[in-house]
Amino acid sequence: MVQKSPSLGVIPIRVEPSLPAAQRTAVLEVCARLKSVAGALMPILHGVQAALGYVPKDAVPLIASELNLSRAEVHGVLSFYHYFRKQPPGRHVMHLCRAEACQSVGAVTLEAHVKQSLGIDFHQTTADGAISLEPVYCLGNCSLGPSIMVDKQLQGRVSPKRFDELVAQARASS
Amino acid sequence: MSGARIYVSRDASAQGVGANQVADAITTEAARRGIDIELVRNGSRGLYWLEPLVEVTTAAGRVAYGPVTPDRVADLFDAGFTRGQRHELHLGLTEDIPYLKKQERLTFARVGITDPGSLKDYLDHEGYRGLKAALGLDPAAIVARVTDSGLRGRGGAAFPAGIKWRTVLATPAAQKYIVCNADEGDSGTYSDRMIMEGDPFVLIEGMTIAGLATGATQGFIYLRWEYPDAHMALDTAIAAATQAGYLGDDVLGSGRSFHLEVRLGAGAYICGEETSLLESLEGKRGQIRYKPPLPAIAGLFGKPTVVNNVITLASVPIILDRGVDYYRNYGVGRSRGTLPIQLTGNVKCGGLIEKAFGVTLRELLYDYGGGSLSGRPIRAVQVGGPLGAYLPESQFDTRLDYEEFANIGAMLGHGGIVVFDDTVDMAAQARYAMEFCAIESCGKCTPCRLGSTRGVEVIDRLVAGQDAAKQEVLLRDLCNTMIQGSLCALGGLTPYPVISALNHFPEDFGKSTIVKAVG
Ligand SMILES: Cc1cc2nc3c(=O)[nH]c(=O)nc-3n(C[C@H](O)[C@H](O)[C@H](O)COP(=O)(O)O)c2cc1C
Ligand code: SF4
Ligand code: FES
Repeated sequence: MVQKSPSLGVIPIRVEPSLPAAQRTAVLEVCARLKSVAGALMPILHGVQAALGYVPKDAVPLIASELNLSRAEVHGVLSFYHYFRKQPPGRHVMHLCRAEACQSVGAVTLEAHVKQSLGIDFHQTTADGAISLEPVYCLGNCSLGPSIMVDKQLQGRVSPKRFDELVAQARASS
Repeated sequence: MSGARIYVSRDASAQGVGANQVADAITTEAARRGIDIELVRNGSRGLYWLEPLVEVTTAAGRVAYGPVTPDRVADLFDAGFTRGQRHELHLGLTEDIPYLKKQERLTFARVGITDPGSLKDYLDHEGYRGLKAALGLDPAAIVARVTDSGLRGRGGAAFPAGIKWRTVLATPAAQKYIVCNADEGDSGTYSDRMIMEGDPFVLIEGMTIAGLATGATQGFIYLRWEYPDAHMALDTAIAAATQAGYLGDDVLGSGRSFHLEVRLGAGAYICGEETSLLESLEGKRGQIRYKPPLPAIAGLFGKPTVVNNVITLASVPIILDRGVDYYRNYGVGRSRGTLPIQLTGNVKCGGLIEKAFGVTLRELLYDYGGGSLSGRPIRAVQVGGPLGAYLPESQFDTRLDYEEFANIGAMLGHGGIVVFDDTVDMAAQARYAMEFCAIESCGKCTPCRLGSTRGVEVIDRLVAGQDAAKQEVLLRDLCNTMIQGSLCALGGLTPYPVISALNHFPEDFGKSTIVKAVG
């Protein structure tokens, strides 16, 4: 991060980003593995998110210098794509489908139930850190909606009751 | 010979209703009873209302049971299902289930039948015969077959595949690419997913043929992150094909090289648009490129690039294997061959229906679908994804044909049909179309970026009855501006679901509809 220069004539000081050592190692490992592939930035962001659960904002300068890109470029890509998280996730991430085929079988009602019973809105995490909630626009499960993906596992025909079971299971597992 | 051969789908949708638990219960119960079985995790037959579907091989053919829940498994063993015996969930021979029997499965010939992880199974079921035929032809001859087959792009725009390939072939370059568009963002569609999970080799074969035809030596599959099972299936199949010499530096000893890699998207609908997809593959924001140049001339990293949908590419092997006439004899008018239709939403029997073009919506909704899931009257269907028009009952006799749909201001798109019963609020659907456009806009042009947000506000005021007549004029004007002033089809087509909802279901927007049929 660049510190604001307090007065004219003072050279801005570059403070090394405060990325914890373990995260720094993980990011560097991902970059080393993938930086030579064509169009490396997307695979690297996926790699970092797979390793850390999100892409910490302090990882941006590190990735930028590894790829010889500007921070603005990396930040621009990171912020364009809905899937990349800028905040650490809860222990489980639930992606709730908001799209038309699921709407036709009750997704709007389910969405209200989900937000109410978790006590959070989209892009938030429950107070106990168990569940993060994200919207998604189609999971390819359109004949068996309403649909939710819990971590990477698809769930179909999700009624409010079934949703409560899934939450209970998620809370019970680590 | 080992024991009974039992099939339980590994398809993500089947898993979503408990296929893994059923598979586990079968394994456990068989062990408990000391019965020898061989469990195959196949793709889905696409009879989704019957999932989890369990099949068992018998002398007469495969016998199906479904939908099976883990608590019925012991019961099935008691009834002797491993020998195809009768049971309450017994559905008879799978191939005789009318929903399946009435289809024309060309692209989906193997899906639900083979083990998607087994190259041997693929070869035993006529796999790689298209590639072998292609290896005996020169590139121009392969392109000519694809052109003559009449195959048009199945991703939405319905552009003739052969013409695109010919442009790439005719553009000299040291490096060319084949890019498979597996972003499948349209609600109401999953045929790409089913192919990738259920028969990944057919896509790999189709891409390899495209490489031979155009001189491209590197392929990328741009896959949406929402499909982790497809990702795994593709990686497994690519490894097996490489190992066996079907991919790599010397494809089947031909001296020709073709390499293939999967790349993941990150939840941006716009990255399904081909130029945005290429930007994303290059590691950039997924913003639309101005055309020209066409991707066929300057595509990925500025090189000549074929961008085709999964279904387009997966339909190529059977054309090369069975011949041009075999494929083009299916269909009507300028819509040749078959379309994998996805019947989805509020429908009793939702699933994958591969049919020759020409079938009517009504046949699909009632003869196949059996009406709505809720049992209430079907009021509207949306065809062709979130940018497709809403059609009322009076249009259900339209035949599935690109031109017939265009004539009524609708589109077939990727073949998804979403069914709504009479509880649907069409003003809410129109509002959602605008909201979706606002969320997914790449931000490059104003009519789309700002118009969609304005659209939501205007619909809200219209429905609230705040100077309704004026709001309707505003909405129609706004839609015209979006249609005419948007750089790509996200902004340019979003007005179609909106205006079709307004025209066909004015009562849902409040009383007044003064202006008719603009835009
Ligand atoms: C907003 C938008 C989204 C699109 N999404 C997809 C998609 O998810 N999959 C796809 O194959 N084509 C999609 N397309 C169409 C592609 O731009 C392109 O026409 C297609 O990949 C070409 O392949 P085809 O000729 O085999 O259909 C989309 C187009 C637009 C404008
Ligand atoms: S219409 Fe929308 S998505 Fe398409 S280029 Fe313009 S802003 Fe981007
Ligand atoms: S619309 Fe929800 S899974 Fe497709």
